[in-house]
Amino acid sequence: MGDRAEYAPPAPERPNLRLGQLSLIAVTLFTFAFLYVPIIVLILFSFNSARTGAVWQGFTLSWYQRLLGNEALLTAAGRSLIIGIVSTAGSVVIGTLTALAMEREHFRAKAVWDGLLYMPVIIPEIVSGVSLLLFFAAGGIERGLLTLVVSHIAFSMPFVYLTVRARLADFDRSIEEAAQDLGADEAKTFWLITLPLLMPGIVSGALLAFTLSIDDFIISFFVTGKGWNTLPIYIWSQLKQGVTPEINAISAVLLLFSVSVIALSLLLQRRRN
Amino acid sequence: MMNAIRERKRLQIFGLMFPGAFWLVVFFALPLLVIFVISFMARDELGSPVPPFSLDNYQQAFDSLYLNLFLFSLWISLLTTVVTLLISFPVALYIARSPKRWRNILIFLVMIPFWTNFLVRTYALQFLMRANGPINTLLQGLGVIQEPISMLSTPVAVLIGLVYGELPFMILPLYASLEKFDWAMFEAAQDLGADMRRAFLRVMLPMTMPGVLAGSILVFVPSVGSYITVELMGGGKINMIGRVIASQFGVASNWPFGSAISLLLMVVVTIAALVYFRVGRGERMAL
Repeated sequence: MGDRAEYAPPAPERPNLRLGQLSLIAVTLFTFAFLYVPIIVLILFSFNSARTGAVWQGFTLSWYQRLLGNEALLTAAGRSLIIGIVSTAGSVVIGTLTALAMEREHFRAKAVWDGLLYMPVIIPEIVSGVSLLLFFAAGGIERGLLTLVVSHIAFSMPFVYLTVRARLADFDRSIEEAAQDLGADEAKTFWLITLPLLMPGIVSGALLAFTLSIDDFIISFFVTGKGWNTLPIYIWSQLKQGVTPEINAISAVLLLFSVSVIALSLLLQRRRN
Repeated sequence: MMNAIRERKRLQIFGLMFPGAFWLVVFFALPLLVIFVISFMARDELGSPVPPFSLDNYQQAFDSLYLNLFLFSLWISLLTTVVTLLISFPVALYIARSPKRWRNILIFLVMIPFWTNFLVRTYALQFLMRANGPINTLLQGLGVIQEPISMLSTPVAVLIGLVYGELPFMILPLYASLEKFDWAMFEAAQDLGADMRRAFLRVMLPMTMPGVLAGSILVFVPSVGSYITVELMGGGKINMIGRVIASQFGVASNWPFGSAISLLLMVVVTIAALVYFRVGRGERMAL
């Protein structure tokens, strides 16, 4: 398998292959430009001193300074962080337990659960959000922090589950068996051997869940109650009122934040290797 | 003795599965059930559901206005999926054929947009394309145009926005498939006389089908129910099913009707998922 992945055809001899190679490069360049130009432009203009429009009027950090003084924004950011941390903790615990059960145990309803656990990945977010809203309304549950955390766990848990389960599938069980041969019982084996080795996968899943939670707009929008703005909801409400460079600034901050998270995740994966 | 062990095992499995199962049932299945029930109800003045139960909401949903919106949403989503696929395949192919070090860098570059806030990314695209945005300002400054071009608030703008948002979701699965691709087979086909087109259609495409299907589902489903992109890129002038649903729970205030449309959307998505699973299984068996 590894050999196959390394084998790629040698440099093209035939003319139409060279044309093919050129067009591949062209499409790839175009695609990366398409993906990155809007982001880069947005970050650039967050430093623009002009209030509206896209004419460059000078470099300024004032929009970022205003972010720091923006109480509504800071509160929303704080809420997003709290919800992110709590829901990630919940997702990780639940997702890991489920992955352990599905990957390692055998029981009758397993096939059913296999299918069901894919469902949340496939449902459009708007349907998720709306159905949760109705569910909470029907159940008389007041919408706010609790409903937000619970809903965030609901949509991020499957992703943690899939991540951890993939890692479990690659797991080398001989280490565990060796430990048990040496006299360790199931619990000891789990806590001292399995869990530490599983950690990179769990951390990957956690970062994914955290990112999904921080970035979530639609489900949060429907499930939140009065006064429980999250950061994306705050940004949305600002966008509806009209664009200010402050929005560009907070967008740039969020972008930087996401890049850091993914860099962290990849660094952890590389350490594992 | 054996029974005690078996009982313990059963309890263990139950304990492991319970949290996940509970969450899935209570916060996914039950809400869907609630939507199902409410979709048959009528509304009061505030838009909340009240009896009696009837099929009225569904009748209204099949009214030509909403039917057209549904078809339009499906059409745009299909276009989005096809365009995204056409762009992503060459990119994934190029990355898969690159030397190992380049590959990791390129995939990292693809993953960054994947991990950044969808709302912010879409806003960035909208900002770029506005009447007073950088593109128009640049073109005007260069003297290419006199008046700003209105690029937003059209179906094409929404399409561009959707493709922009979903590209990473197509590139990554395609790359995963292409990375495992057996180039030896491709070369063999060419040695046997197949030209590039035939080798591609008969060898590469079938073998990368899992990636194509996975990417297609990951692009099609969010596109059909898209709300953020339609709002930001469509400027309120373009309407799609996701937006209709949202307004039923907001301004238009008709929860039962919103539920009915949501359910119809779920039906569409479930059909797409079934097609995906059926075709996917067929492909795997063919191999």
